Amino acid sequence: MSAATRPKSTAASVQDNVLDFIARFWSYLFLLALVIFFSVTGQGFFSVRNFSNILVFSTLVILMSIGQNYVIITAGIDLSIGWTVGLASVIAARTMRDLALGGMEVTPAIIIGIVAGLLVSLIPGIINGVLIALVKVPPFIATLGMFGIIRGAAFLLTDGQQVVGGLPQNLRDTLSAFGNGSLLYNVPEMGLVWFNRPPEMTPLQLRGTDMLVPYPVIVVALVALVFGFILARTQFGRHTYAIGGNLDAARRVGINVNRHLIIIYVLSAFTAGIAGVMHVFRFTAGSPLAGEAQLLSSVAAVVIGGTSLFGGAGKISGGVIGALIIAVLTTGLVILNIDQLWGFIVVGVVIIIAVLVNQAQSLLERRKTAH
Amino acid sequence: MATGVPLLRVSGVCKYFGGLTALNRVDFEVLPGEVVALLGDNGAGKSTLIKCISGVYRPEEGTVFFQGQPITGRSPSAIREQGIETIYQDLALAENLDVSANVFLGKERKKKLLGFIPVTDDAWMRHEAEKVLDRLDIHIPSLRQKLVNLSGGQRQAVAIARAIYWNARLVIMDEPTAALGVPEQRKVLSLIQSLSAQQIPVILISHTMQDVMEVATRIVVMRRGRVVANLPRSAATVDSIVKHIVGAGDMTD
Repeated sequence: MSAATRPKSTAASVQDNVLDFIARFWSYLFLLALVIFFSVTGQGFFSVRNFSNILVFSTLVILMSIGQNYVIITAGIDLSIGWTVGLASVIAARTMRDLALGGMEVTPAIIIGIVAGLLVSLIPGIINGVLIALVKVPPFIATLGMFGIIRGAAFLLTDGQQVVGGLPQNLRDTLSAFGNGSLLYNVPEMGLVWFNRPPEMTPLQLRGTDMLVPYPVIVVALVALVFGFILARTQFGRHTYAIGGNLDAARRVGINVNRHLIIIYVLSAFTAGIAGVMHVFRFTAGSPLAGEAQLLSSVAAVVIGGTSLFGGAGKISGGVIGALIIAVLTTGLVILNIDQLWGFIVVGVVIIIAVLVNQAQSLLERRKTAH
Repeated sequence: MATGVPLLRVSGVCKYFGGLTALNRVDFEVLPGEVVALLGDNGAGKSTLIKCISGVYRPEEGTVFFQGQPITGRSPSAIREQGIETIYQDLALAENLDVSANVFLGKERKKKLLGFIPVTDDAWMRHEAEKVLDRLDIHIPSLRQKLVNLSGGQRQAVAIARAIYWNARLVIMDEPTAALGVPEQRKVLSLIQSLSAQQIPVILISHTMQDVMEVATRIVVMRRGRVVANLPRSAATVDSIVKHIVGAGDMTD
């Protein structure tokens, strides 16, 4: 039983280590390769402005991937979060608009709108969790049902419209100052400017201003750090992995698996809710469709990042890298003026590569320790 | 070596499944430090008896006493809390986690990061896991190793180490060597002996006669829901045991 490791030729073990490194960090290397490729081939890809755009563009998928990651680590899936983003954005936009039109100050209207959007986003999560943990409905079916329910509910709330608009101008200005603002700007002939764009700018300055630290990116970075930390370092995270690895074992050692699963699905809905509220800040309107197209991207990001659909393995950072790969690909293809449809094909291929690499990696790991 | 009051006493236990009598007035004892081999053909009632002890089944008649207290009808987790640990064939381990995470699964030690953020104290748990593995003379190269990368015998050892760490006083093992290669089987058998040397008795269900003859101190044979033989190891031969199992030996009700 002791590790009677057979002496290996050093060449073979070096090769193994190199392969292991590539398998472990291939998504980082792939992202780097993509950035280099587009920087060399695409005019204007390698610029502060473009990188800042890519980061802002990726915030939606990153947020959705965080919750999705937790769910998939427990060997589940959440198909409903795309519409949860939409529902939260509709609720938040309507609440802010109606309160502001009713004469409330902008700031409290926004705060109440945020809270309303986030709270409502928890409802589908609670229902998903209860169905899956207590009623034992398979996650795919439960969240597919919820997919339809929230879609209908979100559109009913907008009377079938695709956009909740009509927010008063002062409200929209405040929202946009955050949603499209940055902690730090680089303005031509002026240098670094904190918090707000300077009021008076020449057309040249307007065009040349770069957002160095966009607010949405700060929010998403914080959310990713917090949830990444919880997964990696806390008992809750440990139990999340255990449930994904062996549900019966988790139950037998006394983990309250049902409660844990409900929390996981609520958390998934919550990160979608944050994304929905952020949509209102960025677009100064709500839309049932705010996250619908990003659902599969969130799953793709998580898988590209190394999370196993069988559960038990994965990291938040992986999903973030996966989301960045998708964003870089999409943006890069636009800059190269290649049809966006190629983007779907490339992302599809990357997902399949990801799964293959992960399988190869577990084989490698086994070979390294087997004897 | 096995003396004193029984740690576990099963008295007159009956269990029925519909019209089938799975256990028929079974009496059974385990003394401190014993390794009791529980033998019998498929359907003889071994697993049913084990499940009545571990709380998975509730017997219709009779009582199970542990350390003098009746524990019949308590939940499996309450019985495990009392110190009866059953190690099933599937081991109930999270193979995607490492050794010390498994030893402490569900009871993680926590510390405060920056004075207020509760995080798992992995260094402490790894150190403690190392200690209990040492105590059982189990060698695993790295405790950061995920279980999926360990051998069957090493996983078995982790399951046993977990039981011992959480103060198991009686360990029940269901076919512990069934899925193992020969060197691994030997290691598990010596693990069983080191448990009994530490006064932790083991109930061993096994079909492998060599295992039984090697480690058991007493042999209990069941047939059709009854205990048909109860012999010290010294009085048993493979031949006589097989006769009891198939029902060709003397019936000793």
